[in-house]
Amino acid sequence: MTAFLIRRAALAIVTGFAVLTLVFVLVRIVPGDPALVILGDYASESALQALRERLGLNLPLWDQYVEFLKGALMGNWGVSMVTGRPVIEEILKVLPWTIELTVVSLILGLLVGVPLGVWAAIRRNQTLDYLIRVVSLLGLSMPAFVSAVILLLMFAIQVRWFPVISAQTGSLSAWFQSIALPAINLGIIMAAYITRVTRSAMLEVLQEDFVRTARAKGVPWNAVVWRHALRNALIPIITITGLFLGIQIGNSVLTEIVFNRPGLGKLIVGALNQRDYTMLQGMMVIYTLIVVFINVLTDIAYGLADPRVKLR
Amino acid sequence: MKAAPDAAIETNSEPSLRRSLMRVFNTNKTSWIGLALFLIIVLAALAAPLLTRYDPIDQDVFTKLAAPSSAHIFGTDEYGRDIWARLLYGARISLMIGLASTAIAMLVGSVIGVLAGWHGGRFDALIMQIMDMLLAFPALILGLIVVAMLGPSMTNIIIAIALTSIPPFARIARAPTIVIKEREFIEACRALGYSTPRILVFHVLPNILAEILVMGSLWLANSIRTEASLAFIGLGVKPPTPTWGGMIREGFENILDNAWLAVVPGCAILLLVFALNLLGDGLRDAVDPKLKNEA
Repeated sequence: MTAFLIRRAALAIVTGFAVLTLVFVLVRIVPGDPALVILGDYASESALQALRERLGLNLPLWDQYVEFLKGALMGNWGVSMVTGRPVIEEILKVLPWTIELTVVSLILGLLVGVPLGVWAAIRRNQTLDYLIRVVSLLGLSMPAFVSAVILLLMFAIQVRWFPVISAQTGSLSAWFQSIALPAINLGIIMAAYITRVTRSAMLEVLQEDFVRTARAKGVPWNAVVWRHALRNALIPIITITGLFLGIQIGNSVLTEIVFNRPGLGKLIVGALNQRDYTMLQGMMVIYTLIVVFINVLTDIAYGLADPRVKLR
Repeated sequence: MKAAPDAAIETNSEPSLRRSLMRVFNTNKTSWIGLALFLIIVLAALAAPLLTRYDPIDQDVFTKLAAPSSAHIFGTDEYGRDIWARLLYGARISLMIGLASTAIAMLVGSVIGVLAGWHGGRFDALIMQIMDMLLAFPALILGLIVVAMLGPSMTNIIIAIALTSIPPFARIARAPTIVIKEREFIEACRALGYSTPRILVFHVLPNILAEILVMGSLWLANSIRTEASLAFIGLGVKPPTPTWGGMIREGFENILDNAWLAVVPGCAILLLVFALNLLGDGLRDAVDPKLKNEA
C-alpha cells in the first residue's frame, strides 16, 4: 500500500506541476496589459510602470514563472487587485463553505444513488428499473441552476421551509436550514450519475461466475447483492464519483449564485467581473490543488475497495 | 472467418455505419423519442418566424410582465418582449453554439485521439496525460475563465466550450484506433504502400465514426448545458440577443413576483438536454460492446 501511495502521490505532483504551468501560460496570454486594465485608460505612464513592478510584470517571462511557482508552493499567491488583501486569505475564508457543500452533497448523492442503482439492476427491465432510469436521466439533464431555481421557488418561496439566502451559522438547525437546499440541489445531480453507473456496474458483476457460485452454495440473495456483488462494482462507482466531484465544483458556482451562498464559485465570478488577475490566478491554483487532491483520494479509495489495485 | 467482416467494413464503410445506427435505433425505442424531441426543437428553431408574430427583441412598454394569455402564451418579460418568441429564437443560439462547439471538439479530439493511438509510446502517454488533466479540471470553470478572458462573443463561447469537450473525444477515438491498427486490413494497406494520412482518413476513421457520433450526441447535450450555464452567469452572447440561460438570469431577478420568467426557459433547456441524453444514451448502449447484451 505504501509503495502504491507513493507512486500515486508522485504522479499527482507531476500533474499539479503541469497544471500550474498551464495556469501561468493561460494568465499570460490574456490580450491586453493587466496594468492598463486595472488602472484604466487614463493612468499615467509612471503609475502603470509602478504597478507592473509591483505585480512583477516587468521581469523576464522565465523569472516570472519561477516566482509564480515559488509563490504557489509557499502559499504566497499575491495580493488581490481589488481588495488589497492576500489572495490566499480571501480564498481560505470561503473554501470551507464550498468543501462543506461538496461533502454534504456527495454523501447525499451516495446515499440515494447507490441503493437506487442496485435496485434498478436487480429489477432489470421491470417498471421500477425504467422509472429509475428515466428519473436519473432527467436528473443528469438538469442544469444545476435550473434545479436550483426550481428548488428555491418550491421550498423557499412557495412553502417557506428554508431561507432564500442560505448563509447562516450558529445553531445546528440554522446550519441545516442554510445547507439543505444547496446540498439537495447538487445531491440530486450527483445521485443521478451515481445511480446510472451503479446500475451498469451491478448488471455486469451480477453476470459473473462468483455470483452464481455464491447463490449455489446458499448465500441469501440479499447478501449476494449487497455484500458480494456491490463490493465488486465499487471501482467504476468510485471512478465516476471522483470524476464527478470535479464537475460538481463547477456546478457549485451556479448553486452558490442562486442560493446567494459564499464559496469559491462566487469568489471566481466576482474576480472575473472585476478583472482581478491575481485572484484569478490564485483561484486556478486552488482548483488545480482540489482536482489533484480528489484524484489522490480516488486512488486511495480504489486501494481500499479492491486490494488487487495495490499490486498494479 | 476473421478476415471477412474486416473486408466488409473496409470496402463498404458507409453502409456499415448506417446499418449499425439502424440497429441501434431498432433496439432502443427511447432513442427514437429522443431523436423526435430533438428534431421538433430544431424545426421549431428554424421555423421561428412562422411560429410567432412577435420579434424577440422588440420592446413593448404597455405589455410589461404580462401573465400568460392568448396573445402571449408564455407571457412577456420586464421589457414587454414575448417569451415564446424569445424561446424560439433563443433555441437557435443554443443549438448553433452547441452544434458548432461539439463539431470542433469532435474534429480536434478525434484527430488527437487517432494520432495518439496510432503512434503509441511516449507521444501517446504524454497526449493522454494532458487530456486526463483537462478532463479532471471542472469544465464550467475552464469555460468561464476562457470566455471571461477572450470576451463573451459567440465565437469565443464556441471556442471555450469546444476546448472543454476535446478530451472525451480524444479518448473515444484513441481506444478503437489501437485495436484497428493491428488488424490485417491495415497491414494490407501498408503493404500496398498507402501513405499514413490516407490510411488514417480512409481506413481507420470510417471504423471509429459510429463511436464518435454517439459521443457527439451526448456531448451536444453537455455543450448546450454549459452554454446555458455561462449565459446564466452573465458570460453568454450579449443581450438583447435572446439566450435561454440569459432569459433565466433576467427572470431570476424577478423570481418572487414573476416565477414563469425563469421557469419557462428552464424547462426548455431541460427538455432539449433530456432529449439529447435519451438519444445518446440509447445509442451508446448499442455501440458500447460492454453494455450491448443489456439491450
